[in-house]
Amino acid sequence: MATKTLAEMSVGEEGKVVALHSTGNIKHRLVDMGVVPGTVVRVMKYAPLADPVEIKVKNFELSLRVSEAKTIEVEVG
Amino acid sequence: MAEGTDHIQVALAGNPNCGKTSIFNNMTGARQHVGNYAGVTVEEKIGYTNFEGKKIEIIDLPGTYSLTARSIDELVARNVIIHDHPEMIVNVVDASNLERNLYLTAQLIELERPILLALNMIDVATEMGLKINNERLAKLTGSTVVETIGRTNKGTQGILKGIVDVAADKKAPGITIPYGDDIEPAIAELQKVVEVKNTSEFPNRFLAVKLLEDDEDVVNTVKGMNPEAIQKATELRTALADKVDLDIVFQEYRHRFAVDVFNQSLDQGYQQRESRSDKIDKILTNRILGLPIFLIVMWVLFNLVINIGAYPQGWIETGMGYLTDFLNASMPDGLLRSLIVDGVIGGVGAVLSFIPLIVLLFVGISFLEDSGYMARAAFVVDRVMRAFGLHGKSFIPMLLGFGCSVPAIMGARILDNPRDRMVTILVSPFMSCGARLPVYTLLAAAFFPPEQAGTILFGIYLLGVIVAIIVAKILRQFVFTGDTEPFAMEMPPYHMPTLKSVLIHMWERSVLYLKKAGTFILAASIIVWLITTFPQNDELSGAYDQLKEATDNAYSQEIDNYLASQNINDDQKDAIDKLVEQMGALDEQHADDEADDEEQPADDQQTEEERQQEAQDAQNAVEADMKSAEDVMNGASAEDIANEDVKAAVEDQLKAEPAEVPEYMNELKADKLFPVAWQVYQLNKANEDRDGAYDFANSSAQIQGSYASMFGHFIEPIMAPLGFNWKINVAVVAAIAAKEVMVSTLGTIYSVEAGADDTATLQEMLAHDPSFTPAIALGLMVFSLLYLPCLAAMAVLKRETGSWKWLGIVFLYTNGLAWFGALIAVHVARAFGIN
Repeated sequence: MATKTLAEMSVGEEGKVVALHSTGNIKHRLVDMGVVPGTVVRVMKYAPLADPVEIKVKNFELSLRVSEAKTIEVEVG
Repeated sequence: MAEGTDHIQVALAGNPNCGKTSIFNNMTGARQHVGNYAGVTVEEKIGYTNFEGKKIEIIDLPGTYSLTARSIDELVARNVIIHDHPEMIVNVVDASNLERNLYLTAQLIELERPILLALNMIDVATEMGLKINNERLAKLTGSTVVETIGRTNKGTQGILKGIVDVAADKKAPGITIPYGDDIEPAIAELQKVVEVKNTSEFPNRFLAVKLLEDDEDVVNTVKGMNPEAIQKATELRTALADKVDLDIVFQEYRHRFAVDVFNQSLDQGYQQRESRSDKIDKILTNRILGLPIFLIVMWVLFNLVINIGAYPQGWIETGMGYLTDFLNASMPDGLLRSLIVDGVIGGVGAVLSFIPLIVLLFVGISFLEDSGYMARAAFVVDRVMRAFGLHGKSFIPMLLGFGCSVPAIMGARILDNPRDRMVTILVSPFMSCGARLPVYTLLAAAFFPPEQAGTILFGIYLLGVIVAIIVAKILRQFVFTGDTEPFAMEMPPYHMPTLKSVLIHMWERSVLYLKKAGTFILAASIIVWLITTFPQNDELSGAYDQLKEATDNAYSQEIDNYLASQNINDDQKDAIDKLVEQMGALDEQHADDEADDEEQPADDQQTEEERQQEAQDAQNAVEADMKSAEDVMNGASAEDIANEDVKAAVEDQLKAEPAEVPEYMNELKADKLFPVAWQVYQLNKANEDRDGAYDFANSSAQIQGSYASMFGHFIEPIMAPLGFNWKINVAVVAAIAAKEVMVSTLGTIYSVEAGADDTATLQEMLAHDPSFTPAIALGLMVFSLLYLPCLAAMAVLKRETGSWKWLGIVFLYTNGLAWFGALIAVHVARAFGIN
């Protein structure tokens, strides 16, 4: 089991959130949207300008800036 | 508090995109009231309906994912539930997205109010293969469950029935969200301290949990009433900090609760992997097609609002024109007429003419939002907008700014985050709106050769964008600071918007605009009228009146003389009068096509010299009239002046070839009296023109003596570094009413008649004013771009920011920016050898 940040995942890849390294409002928003440790996320696609990224979490689609995705540590494989 | 059993007050809560608005509309129809919560810019919507003899009042809370104190929307939602004492909460949840929606439900449960759970979009959930066991869901959440399909208005009766039943029961959920072995003892301990003295309306356990969470609003509430609880909470937090991540642990447990409820309530889970929405998304946010599609959608939106909106806008303006003509014809000349025509109708007309833009804007916006494309648009373009320190969605208001600042500022509503919204509102007026174009073109054409005018026009538009970017960055950096705002945004599934929701949205916005911005614009228009009309120089007006009357008398005398010279008897006179009348009627009928046919080519055929000459003549004529009026005031006889004038004019006219008879008058030519009648008709016209010229000279003189002009002189020292003379200053002040007014005001002050369409003469006047140079023209363009937005824009700005304070700040910073910008422009121009 390797861990990396969500921003390093490739399109279509699935992973399980293990930690959030953000603080303040961003962390709270992510958690409110369901990105909590233990949740499975899947990278859906990147925007035409390679940022933001769209992920699927709890069966809905969430778009995140890459800077936000970098703070999410996931476990893959 | 709602009293009695025949009145039920309900708070409607739910996630964004859960279909809450359509449920609200289904229940209340048009019986809605939109306002703002006291002191904040969050919108308050209340609707009413009757069911089984009960009056139901529904408070539509802002759509939120959570109920923290971190966002004003969430705080408002929480406080309404607690402080307004609704009998119950109707929690709309998206059944197709139940797991996440239950996270908010968990927080609502903690408020210990009766809950009705409306399982919305149950059709979409079924399509995905979800089978939800309503009974189990009801038991696990302690609520009553009903199924609805908001978009097709199914289940509305069920909700209303549910509301009546739940309100009769008054039963709170009685469910406790478990926070695990580490935290529960702390909650229990703290709750004991809290309940000793809880004079607030929040439940004890809720307060204990929120204190441990360090919720700012709750801490402030408890601080005054129970300081011991705060102290205890701090101790407990310190102890817990070693064991758990206090930042998110409470949210984690709520999610855990939601997941548990979700899993236990399901008879069958998701079946379908790729939905229709995913397929649409593959095209609309495609790596290659995404941006072009976005640009096309924006192009369509812009054209819908600005270009299609221009038609109804034109109709309203025409209608106002008819009304003005009618009032001018039916009311006696005077201050009252001027107030109504120039002040009130001018103001009302301005208010109304924005309505089509606003209606179309919100048709467009609600279509984009309801369909789900708005989130995709933000997704596609966010990277670009972030360079400006803005959110992806800011693109739409900024784009609309090129058409008109009013819909641009109102369009900023699509931004959820108040800081993004404020920055967008504050910079969107820097996008050059359509009303500024006539100002730019007038100045560019007057002072620069045609081959440079285009570049200058492009430059000024570009400058606006650059200033917007810089100001946005600065505002972000220094004014709207604080924690970075998260972008994390839900991408809701695509839906076909319903006509009803689009119409209701549009109606709401238009009414809001009329109510709030409308009164402001009307009041301000009257103020502008006052300062450009007063003080009245009655003596001067009297002199002009005398001149006009004497002119009329002189003309009728000259006409009599002419008829006598042609040996016309009384019977023939009547026939001539009749012919003249017919000529007038025919001319009026053909007034429009005449304007189309003749005016345009005439300009092109003129040489530069001829045009200069014409402009000079026009100004000389007005100056001569002003001198006549002065002479009359100094005791000269108006009769003598008029007689002399008219005599010379009539002599010239009779000597010259008669004016060419237009084809449509051929039918009258058969009459042998036609040539005489035609001369009389021309003399009458000359008479009218003469009177009109006096009126124009009068209004020109009056505005030069008005408060606006005094103000123009007063601010001359301030504007002197920019090279602006008092005439420009007056135009700048008057153009606050609407930027295009600058053209007509310059015309009035430079004593040449010029509408927005016919600026050729004014161009010449400006070009030959020695104190008005190309460098100053550039400065004035920059100034027009940057200074105070027009009245209508300021009215909506005041409304949307919810404060006079921001309007004051805008007043200072836009004018300051304009001043410095113009100063730089003038000096840079001079450095490059443009004088």
